[in-house]
Amino acid sequence: MRRLEILQYMIDNLGLIGERTLQHVSIVSVAVGLAILTGVPIGIAITRNRQVADAVLYVASIIITVPSIALFGLMIPILSTIGQGIGYLPAVIAVLLYSQLPIIRNTYTAINNVDPALREAARGMGMTPGQRLRQVEIPLAIPVIMAGVRTAVVMNIGVTAIAAYIGAGGLGAFISAGIADTDVRQLVTGAVSVSILAIIADFFLLWLQGRLTPLGVKT
Amino acid sequence: MIKLEKLTKIFDTPGGTITAVDHVDMEVGEGEICVLLGPSGCGKTTNLKMINRLVVPTSGKIFIDGKDTDDYDPVELRRNIGYVIQQIGLFPNKTIEENICIVPDMLGWDRKKSRARAAELLELVALDPALFLTRFPKELSGGQQQRVGVIRALAADPPVMLMDEPFGAIDPINREVIQDEFLKMQQTLRKTIMFVSHDIDEAVKMADKVAIFRDGKLEQCSSPDDLLAHPANSFIADFVGGDRTLKRLRLVKVSEAMSKGAPSVTAESPVADAVKAMEDHGHANVVMVDERKRPRGFVHMNDVRDKKGPVSDHYEALEATVDAREDLRTAVSLMFSNDVTWLACTDADGKYAGYITQRGITHLLGETYNQ
Amino acid sequence: MNRTFRVVALVVAFALGAVAYQQGVIPQIIQRWDDVWFLGKEHMLLVAVSGGLAIVTGIPFGIWLTRPSMRKAAETMIQGLNIGTTIPTLAILALSMSLLGIGKVPAIFGLWVASLLPIVRNTYTGILAVPPHMKEAAVGMGMRPNQILWKVELPNALFVIFAGIRTALAINVGTVPLAYLIGGGGLGELIFSGIALDMTDLMLAGAIPVAILAVLTDFAVAQCQLWLVPRGVNPLR
Repeated sequence: MRRLEILQYMIDNLGLIGERTLQHVSIVSVAVGLAILTGVPIGIAITRNRQVADAVLYVASIIITVPSIALFGLMIPILSTIGQGIGYLPAVIAVLLYSQLPIIRNTYTAINNVDPALREAARGMGMTPGQRLRQVEIPLAIPVIMAGVRTAVVMNIGVTAIAAYIGAGGLGAFISAGIADTDVRQLVTGAVSVSILAIIADFFLLWLQGRLTPLGVKT
Repeated sequence: MIKLEKLTKIFDTPGGTITAVDHVDMEVGEGEICVLLGPSGCGKTTNLKMINRLVVPTSGKIFIDGKDTDDYDPVELRRNIGYVIQQIGLFPNKTIEENICIVPDMLGWDRKKSRARAAELLELVALDPALFLTRFPKELSGGQQQRVGVIRALAADPPVMLMDEPFGAIDPINREVIQDEFLKMQQTLRKTIMFVSHDIDEAVKMADKVAIFRDGKLEQCSSPDDLLAHPANSFIADFVGGDRTLKRLRLVKVSEAMSKGAPSVTAESPVADAVKAMEDHGHANVVMVDERKRPRGFVHMNDVRDKKGPVSDHYEALEATVDAREDLRTAVSLMFSNDVTWLACTDADGKYAGYITQRGITHLLGETYNQ
Repeated sequence: MNRTFRVVALVVAFALGAVAYQQGVIPQIIQRWDDVWFLGKEHMLLVAVSGGLAIVTGIPFGIWLTRPSMRKAAETMIQGLNIGTTIPTLAILALSMSLLGIGKVPAIFGLWVASLLPIVRNTYTGILAVPPHMKEAAVGMGMRPNQILWKVELPNALFVIFAGIRTALAINVGTVPLAYLIGGGGLGELIFSGIALDMTDLMLAGAIPVAILAVLTDFAVAQCQLWLVPRGVNPLR
């Protein structure tokens, strides 16, 4: 009986589900997009110096340990000073911060793990550092960097769900309303749709990772 | 072509300074293969890598074709020097064609020209371009990859090649094959090559000149035969091995140790002629040839001294003959396996050319030691 | 991590603390110390109970999946678990609430499920990653399957299992503040009430201890991993 009710609710609110899914996807994709633009260059830059790399990764790993709701709590007073304490911006910033560790760490290890023989061959043939990066190091690092992006996206679909509590919208809004009203229909709708979104994103990024992997490196 | 002047490299390490290369002076002529040889850590690889500036010299000069390499931008310099390493270093994300065309592309060659060049080079090492151009490195065997590694370095036709243990990672059987192929290519290409190795046999086989390093110092630089015959000191004698004389067998051709102008007899010749030929020539055997002058058998003095009749009644079959173009190693090996002390030698047409004896070989090799 | 960096980190932490004190944050937390202490204990109890349950159930389950009788079913189950790990923790709590209602039990159940998956997965992959030649040597010495498990497989998988526990507890500690939403209690109460009532001091009184607890827990587990896993099989030592 209850199952039918839930299904009925979902069908009745398909439009709302779609709208909130779009909000959800927008927060995650904007923030992870920005995280790629910052994290990949950082990850490449820190391969030059071991100590700086350790420090950067240490800070990023502390940030990722802070529970998301606590991070929101810590950001609200700071962002309130520019009138953006709740809503879209803190959600994007949180996702951006959380995405740094997987993306920086994967970029760093992937570039570091490029076979030294390839680097020597590239240098010996007269490639400039930029050519080495573009033609050899980055293409070989792409699968691992993409794995980091995938981790970041899946994790942050969950973080964004929690961001509903600071008014960022998204699929988490069904869950927060469901909890507030003890409404199983909204609760399940939110939980199931956000889970499906995460699973689909996971598969899509796995597929994308495969597409972006250079042919000669595929196993 | 390549000239090093007081080339020195000092590394600063936490444990103090290490002099990896110590005032090395040497010269490699155009079209020569110079093998840098020595135990690991002797500075041979550092010496090589200073030439294309992968390692920056602490002091000293390097001249290529009379020009100081200090005057070049390192990147420009490297693009004009072929470089082959032991790990091969083919880029797994690029096809064989892309790998070969890397340097030509960086030099701004016309695309058509560089792609045609890639196909031509593949043919040079007996890999079918139609099959291999579009493959990725992982789809090739180790030996095929190493061949591609070598032709990649040849792609822009650089006059100078640096090779850092290029055949070190290949199994012994394939290594021999690739070495032979490479030497054959070198006969027409005539590149000036510096070649690092730790394998004395490889050095003896490949080199026009061998440079032996120890603790960063150049100990001896001479031709392989000279090195084996006259090691400059006990370190080099130890390094080239107690069997260095055996190694020289490879360097000397049968024709050099062969007694030329030896008489021969035919099956129809009377035995007396054979005895006379042996007495005249001072050798206790004489070879019997057929109508096309190919060695067929021999008669021994003791068997025929007082006999009568034609040689065909008394001859023994030849267990083995050796081509005069082979090296002495092959000849000695044949003698041992057939339990004989001499061999009949043939020329390119299979005709009898002379004979080679164990005594003759010993004498030839011993001669140089007494100089 | 080098020493200079530790010193810098300490100085930065101290400076942040000083700024926070000046802004009146620390006095506010001290003012609410009773609440913070009470809810903090509840918070830690939630972590301990759900995390502990996840460890004592997850490891045996992971081991069971590696037994030969499970070989076929295990792969499918692990794939299922992998999909399970992508499900957001808030969704797990929400589903737990829709099944079990409100209170400590659904909270602990949800937390247990969320932390179970990494432990099972790492136990499974850790044991399967033990090189076959080691097991072959053990068989050749006449060990029984149980002896192989305790003397060869588990010790060599220990580091990977610990890594799973670390991930699990990180997820757990990150999710515990949300447990308040379904009646589990804990420091989440201060944060969510603070957000709802727009009371910064209340929010920070929750957020700061939660963040510190999370960082400390991760640090503690990392130290356990460093010192409890024997040196011979510990890549960090």
